[in-house]
Amino acid sequence: MNRNNHRNRRGRRESGERVLINTDAASHTRGESQYVDDLPRPADLLHAAVFGSPVAHGRLKTLDTSAALASEGVVAVLTAADIPGENQIGPIIPDEELLASEEVHFVGQPVAVVVAETAELARKAREKIRIDIEEQDIITDPIEAYEKGEIIGSPRVFELGDVASAWEQCDLILEDTCVVGGQEHVYLETQRARAVPQEGGRLQIFSSTQSPYATQRTVARILGVPNHAIEVDVLRLGGGFGGKEDQATPWACMAALAARHTGRPVELVLSRAEDMRMTGKRHPYVSKFKIGVKRDGTILAYEVRHYQNAGAAADLSPAILERTLFHSTNAYFIPNVRAFAVSCRTNLPPFTAFRGFGGPQAMFVIESAITKVAEALGLPREAVQRKNLLQEGDAFPYGQRAERCRARRTWDETVMAYDLTAIRECVRQFNETHFERKKGYALMPVCFGISFTSTFMNQAGALVHVYTDGSVSVSTGGVEMGQGLRANLTRIAAQALGIRPQRIRVETTNTTRVANMSPSAASATTVLNGNATLMAVEQILERLKRVAAQELNVADWQAIRIADEAVLHGGHDTGMTWSELVQKAYLRRVDLSAHGFYATPNLYFDREKEKGRPFAYHVYGTAIVEVTVDCLRGTYEVDSVKIVHDLGRPLNRTVDLGQVEGGLAQGLGWMTMEDLRFNERGECLSATLATYKVPDAFFMPDDIQVAFLEDADEPTGPYGNKAVGEPPFMYGIGVFFAIRHAMRAFRPNTELPFRAPMTPERVLMQLHQVEVEALTAAQASVAVTM
Amino acid sequence: MPPTIQFILNDRTISTDIPTGLLVLDFLRKYLHLHGTKEGCKEGDCGACTVLVGELRGRKVEYLPVTSCLMPVGELHGKHLVTIEGLNLPQLNPAQEAIVEEGATQCGFCTPGIVVSMTGYLMQADGPVTADGIKMALSGHLCRCTGYRSLKQSWMYLQQRPGQRRGIEALVKAGILPEYFLEIPKRLRAIPPLPEKAPSPQVVIAGGTDLYVQQGERLPDIPVGVLNLRPELRGIQRENGHLRVGALTTFEEFAAHAEVRRLVPDIDQYMALIASWQIRNRATLGGNIVNASPIADMTILLLALNATLVLQNGSAQREVPLAEFYRGYKTLDKQPDELVYDILIPLPPPGTKINWEKVSKRKYLDIASVNSAIAVRVEDGHIAEATLAMGGVAPVPLLMRRTGAFLIGKPLAPDTVTGAIEVAQQEISPISDIRGSADYKRLLTRQLTIAHFCKLFPEQIKARDVYESQ
Ligand SMILES: Cc1cc2nc3c(=O)[nH]c(=O)nc-3n(C[C@H](O)[C@H](O)[C@H](O)COP(=O)(O)OP(=O)(O)OC[C@H]3O[C@@H](n4cnc5c(N)ncnc54)[C@H](O)[C@@H]3O)c2cc1C
Ligand code: FES
Ligand code: FES
Repeated sequence: MNRNNHRNRRGRRESGERVLINTDAASHTRGESQYVDDLPRPADLLHAAVFGSPVAHGRLKTLDTSAALASEGVVAVLTAADIPGENQIGPIIPDEELLASEEVHFVGQPVAVVVAETAELARKAREKIRIDIEEQDIITDPIEAYEKGEIIGSPRVFELGDVASAWEQCDLILEDTCVVGGQEHVYLETQRARAVPQEGGRLQIFSSTQSPYATQRTVARILGVPNHAIEVDVLRLGGGFGGKEDQATPWACMAALAARHTGRPVELVLSRAEDMRMTGKRHPYVSKFKIGVKRDGTILAYEVRHYQNAGAAADLSPAILERTLFHSTNAYFIPNVRAFAVSCRTNLPPFTAFRGFGGPQAMFVIESAITKVAEALGLPREAVQRKNLLQEGDAFPYGQRAERCRARRTWDETVMAYDLTAIRECVRQFNETHFERKKGYALMPVCFGISFTSTFMNQAGALVHVYTDGSVSVSTGGVEMGQGLRANLTRIAAQALGIRPQRIRVETTNTTRVANMSPSAASATTVLNGNATLMAVEQILERLKRVAAQELNVADWQAIRIADEAVLHGGHDTGMTWSELVQKAYLRRVDLSAHGFYATPNLYFDREKEKGRPFAYHVYGTAIVEVTVDCLRGTYEVDSVKIVHDLGRPLNRTVDLGQVEGGLAQGLGWMTMEDLRFNERGECLSATLATYKVPDAFFMPDDIQVAFLEDADEPTGPYGNKAVGEPPFMYGIGVFFAIRHAMRAFRPNTELPFRAPMTPERVLMQLHQVEVEALTAAQASVAVTM
Repeated sequence: MPPTIQFILNDRTISTDIPTGLLVLDFLRKYLHLHGTKEGCKEGDCGACTVLVGELRGRKVEYLPVTSCLMPVGELHGKHLVTIEGLNLPQLNPAQEAIVEEGATQCGFCTPGIVVSMTGYLMQADGPVTADGIKMALSGHLCRCTGYRSLKQSWMYLQQRPGQRRGIEALVKAGILPEYFLEIPKRLRAIPPLPEKAPSPQVVIAGGTDLYVQQGERLPDIPVGVLNLRPELRGIQRENGHLRVGALTTFEEFAAHAEVRRLVPDIDQYMALIASWQIRNRATLGGNIVNASPIADMTILLLALNATLVLQNGSAQREVPLAEFYRGYKTLDKQPDELVYDILIPLPPPGTKINWEKVSKRKYLDIASVNSAIAVRVEDGHIAEATLAMGGVAPVPLLMRRTGAFLIGKPLAPDTVTGAIEVAQQEISPISDIRGSADYKRLLTRQLTIAHFCKLFPEQIKARDVYESQ
């Protein structure tokens, strides 16, 4: 096992890796990397500001934009009536207007777009828009929505075995409810787009989108033009995390609409507050579980009902709901399962994709259920977890079987490598000798399926050009958003061609070079686009090898290889270089460009039967999270997180490690301080970075250790690599249970709910239920006597 | 017409009469098209917009990182503004190299600001590069991508090169800063002071860290008075029996002052929990007091220290005890034209112990749910003096008079703490908001009262005993 922590990583780095860490890294540090609004500005650039609904639900009675239009610097104020095409942006279900025409369904729902000479003037004019809305009742709670029939699509059920008859065989049956909050993406770069009119009614759009094709086709739909009239170009994103998978699109549409109406380039950049108020986030869930076990902790039956708070429109909720079902049993084998899930429509901004895509919410529930079991049986939590971990060939509730299953392997390596026995003992001793400070720990196994669960989306294209000077241009459908795609594609192409990485340039993602791309999401971007790149590169390589064979007068072109920029035949240097070969091929009029296309094989899923093989493979891993809780103040610190992660064969350790640590940070935040709140009027109370806190350098423990499994190549990944983007997020779930563990040491018999995030407020209040009652009772009596 | 101000931006001298209240960030990005400085929040909370501001101090120029999204351009007169573009050399500097080497940048949006802060850290007075120092330099930065380990790790790299934090000249010689930095002191001295004009500002700006968050969109359009152009409002002096602290003294300046450190020995620990390095370099005591947030951290400390304000209007001065300055939620005993001029902190009798507590959702760079400060003196096992202040539990930063009075004369014992908790509950009137429910704030009032005594008197008061005495 290769421990990739800070203590021994330095000095061990392969030479030459530096340029590959992130090919953008140097320019990032110099502030020279460009984002949408850093591109040179056309002199006639206009700026847009969006007017959103002030109320969460109602019928539009009047909308008066005249004063705004008359305001200084304003060029246009656009409403639903100005949309030439179809006023519809729903990606899965057509239930969402770009600009509200008759009804509004959430606070901040876009109603009008003000276009002015500067962003400040546009915002000032926006204040003058008058709107009259006949307000209607609102729903913010998913169970209430469900009970009132406000659901999106129909409920879905995954089943394995027969829960109904399994309950009888159980020694212990427990039930409870889990409530888990949403999560704001806080990509550091807010949503933004710039639309530039071209001749012939075409529009070029620079967008910060994870999904250039979705942006392209939606803009086309809004404007009523064919897709080819819209070019979407993406250089990079200042973070996406799912928040720009579908929800980058409306802002690009509005910029496009404005450009179309004014004939001038238009830029739309959301302020942080606008972004936090108007855009969707990770879905909050309420889930009810029932779990049945043998006395020894073997789980026999698990029934769960997930109520997803979808917000006001479908967005990607049905797909996210599906993944909740796929991950309802996390890394455990349970013979009898019934998992029910329903998407509930409420009057909050449409919740959307976020790293993990519905998986984390499901895992929180099964981990809660197991915790409840362990507490009831008086067993360590990890004993119940270990007993039920998946093994090779075990069936998931959706029919797929665990292949190359590494649930137990990562678990056991974690326990051994990080010495769980010592951790346990250290915690015990600490708690015995301290009154108000208590330590706790928790193990968190993760099993996460890789592929888009909509099978058709598992496709990718790449376009590779070799220029006559030997430099190479690679375009794919994948978007660089900090996940290191550019670095990974560079390495893949350089390795396959046998040339220096410096020769490779990974281009912007552009809908005119690669068409119909799937979003950069589902952790699958490198796998899909890396494979597509390989397929393109291999075509060019074959052509080049044939040229080399002709030039060298040898018959067996298959014996030609290119390594370190030299052309080899049968392993011997022929004296010909890469550049010479390319030049020769050009003179022989050989095509030096190729398009590669990859579709993940052997995937299928039958939504009637809810069975199939939706995933190419699963990623496994286990984490130990240790915390110290200050029970006097309710605050806590994460002491360490120690992980064994299954990466297949690492493609680029530094990039992969960054993905693990970054995902972990978001997971820890989701479970602790990230407290997304709405009031009863559906207004977001945590719509600034002053009120919505995300992990900072101090919160994240200094002691983070990540080890990658050795000898774990994944046959379907490029060079044996496995996807890494999402799974590490879920290690963060462990912190909830570690805090709970510490809280139990302070107040062993207190009732503790499964309610996340576990903010310092919740910790303190839950630990002091008796004291709070006394304080408030005393207050009540004072109030009476006064 | 706004006055023409002159300052140096990186290597170039700028003269401009753009509105004084315009944000430095907007000036950089929108007027000068310097795009390396990023906008992540415009409320001081992310650090993406961090720049260095250099000011003449004697012969030298001292540089501090600040958030350009909360700073008025008008204040730049006579100063050196350094953006990422002004730090770039043909080769990467060690901070940049460390980030590349450690893989500490992903999407890159946070990165230029972090490089500026790290370089700013290297430019501070001599001393070794430490892990804690780098964390402090990162305190005002959010990175949503990396998880920070790799960023924190960069200290190991910086320990090798440059190894030491050193003066500007040494850094220039080591190829870490561009050469033009050497000429800056001379160039700044050549900039004449602004003509004294009687400004008729609609608002006065001190550090701007509250003002711009609250009314940022309005300020560029109205006449503003930039207090930081008035040096007489800065500085700390010891006078007979008290410290005289200029209202414009920043949190960092306050905490660094020897007299303050003697008075409040744990000030560094408290500071770490207040805002971030960038904000503390800007936030002033006067602003904290006049902003009148019930949860203002410095105000709570100053209340426990029995501070008195000196208010000035033209040439008229008057004194108001800080505790009497607050009339109700954000209403003050202050005329619109009055400035808080000085803050007087009486030097307490020897043996007085001071403690300050703060609980917030995120421990660092967050606003408190409840904060509290206490000054106590114990004589012969009995409490001789006690001043307790609580924030977040009333419409104003609250001096807990009754609780303080209750404590005086009582034995230093768990029962006394229990009794104080009961009295304290009668004095507070918390409301539920995003920082916590009313019940939570009541509970925190109890908890922090216990915490004060456990921390100040660990031998005599143990949390377990207080819990059991109830
Ligand atoms: C990211 C961030 C984090 C923060 N964290 C904290 C924190 O942890 N704890 C905390 O307490 N605060 C915090 N604050 C709030 C703020 O920094 C402080 O309240 C600071 O002290 C305000 O001082 P300033 O000089 O910036 O005030 P300004 O914003 O310049 O002014 C505030 C108000 O006071 C008036 N004013 C200022 N000086 C005077 C004077 N001398 N006489 C008369 N009127 C005056 C101004 O006109 C204005 O109305 C934070 C702010 C930000 C942006
Ligand atoms: S933009 Fe976030 S701190 Fe200035
Ligand atoms: S690298 Fe993306 S926010 Fe730091």
